[in-house]
Amino acid sequence: MRTKDISQKIGFAALFMCMLVTLFFLGAIIYFIAARGIKVISWEFLTQVPKAGMTQGGVAPAIVGTLYITLGAIAVSLPLGLACAIYLCEYSPKGIFVNIIRMSINNLAGVPSVVFGLFGLAVFVKFFKFGVSILSGSLTLGILALPVVISATQEALTAVPLSLREASLALGATKWETIKKIVLPTALPGILTGIILSIGRVAGETAPILFTAATFYTRRYPDSVFSEVMALPYHIYALMTEGAHPKEQTAIAYGCALILLVLVLAISGAAIFIRQRQRIRNA
Amino acid sequence: MARIKEKAYEWVFTALAFSSLIFLVGIVIVLFKEGFPIFKAVKAGDFLFGRFWYPTYEPPEFGIFPLILASFWVTLGALLVCVPLGVGSALYLNEMASFRQRSVLKPMVEILASIPSVVYGFFGMMIVAPVLQDLLHIPTGLCAFSASLVLGIMATPTVCSIAEDALSYVPKSFREASFAVGANRWQTLTKVVIPAAGSGISTAIILGMSRAVGETMTVLMVAGGSAVIPKSIFDPVRPMTSAIAAEMGEAPMGSMHYHSLFAIALILFLITFAFNIAAEIISRRFRIKLGHSG
Repeated sequence: MRTKDISQKIGFAALFMCMLVTLFFLGAIIYFIAARGIKVISWEFLTQVPKAGMTQGGVAPAIVGTLYITLGAIAVSLPLGLACAIYLCEYSPKGIFVNIIRMSINNLAGVPSVVFGLFGLAVFVKFFKFGVSILSGSLTLGILALPVVISATQEALTAVPLSLREASLALGATKWETIKKIVLPTALPGILTGIILSIGRVAGETAPILFTAATFYTRRYPDSVFSEVMALPYHIYALMTEGAHPKEQTAIAYGCALILLVLVLAISGAAIFIRQRQRIRNA
Repeated sequence: MARIKEKAYEWVFTALAFSSLIFLVGIVIVLFKEGFPIFKAVKAGDFLFGRFWYPTYEPPEFGIFPLILASFWVTLGALLVCVPLGVGSALYLNEMASFRQRSVLKPMVEILASIPSVVYGFFGMMIVAPVLQDLLHIPTGLCAFSASLVLGIMATPTVCSIAEDALSYVPKSFREASFAVGANRWQTLTKVVIPAAGSGISTAIILGMSRAVGETMTVLMVAGGSAVIPKSIFDPVRPMTSAIAAEMGEAPMGSMHYHSLFAIALILFLITFAFNIAAEIISRRFRIKLGHSG
């Protein structure tokens, strides 16, 4: 065999190893958390409030809390993200404004999540006096999710063929009518996938809700948007770092991690696979 | 009437489109406003290069050099993991995998990206740290080394996805030309495709770095949390993000400790901002070079 063939064999083997190692870690994370988490999962664990100083009972308030905060965040980021993507894809005149908007979306996507947390603390908790609450947490996470919603919607909108728009305009429809009746309905599946993806992202975020929404322990379910809540991701962290019964708490943390993982992977996984199919169809 | 309605819609969308910019500017203003008071008590130079972080002592010391150093070490370590794994996986996906393999493997990489950071942190704390402690005979598994490893795994899908995008921009004609002069696939890859996608791949690395520097929960749970200047990679450390997350809950609002944590966040923001701008400039040039606009 010639040297160039040997180097090709070695090189390709190395690349294959890289892929394998990456997948190995994916498998390891899912395996360990599933194997140890499944032992504590029961109907009671999913539906009861915590008992006996966090060592018994369930984590239902944390599941409910995560649900509320996530839905709140989407309610914030959806209208803003949609409008922004529609502007960028359908209206935007080329120019400096568009570049500034694009630049700020990219940079907002790169802001560390803990910085969003501080922003939420200073603005929503302190300045607007919403306190540590669902409202503050949702607003904070909503801003964090904004770039995700925008880029997913943009991708869906650009996949709509130009000829559809032209046909609509040629029939005498106005720009807004074209967007409302032609572009948005066509792009809807893609937009929905993007929204599902951002739900998965938001549900697992911890750092932004540390000081804006989450509390370690409450026996009550939230009764208004101004209640502080338990949340699954924060609960995992708190179980590992606070409290007086490390052994029992670790078991519960495995259970929470499994619930969170199943929740996020089911949501994101669905979106990822749907998007994959759409991309193949569009290509 | 219809024309007024049309204009109105356009104005509404234009106004809402600026929301990202408003939030970004809002974040900058808040960080400056809440972080700046610390520089009345501590000189900027002493804050950045002070060797001692004792915010709750009497008198307190606000030197964040140990925290900066910790972030730097952990990020560097993460890069050593995520660059080979991420770029290698991207090359595999783009060059070697069949269409069917790719349609399974790419979503799996994306799933790895969607695992919440707190789950990575938990995995690092429960599995990676004890395993490394036994394997390497170190006093504690919760240290800079473990944090780098977990953070690296976490940043791998980011690097992989962006690098894969960059590779797919390389025109087919480049490869065909290389095959035509007798190069094999590996030579084409190393001498044509990688150089052509080089700036795209460096964008991927910069964004992976940005992700690692700003990551909070993983380092908070795995890095060990000791705010002293590390002597070896097996020392527990406290990167900037974990200092903010761990201490903000205890810092009384309006105290110097509170302001110092916002000042750390400001520095963190500026670092990631610089990374993102650099990545954007490089990737724009890259696309123009390969004949894709926008």
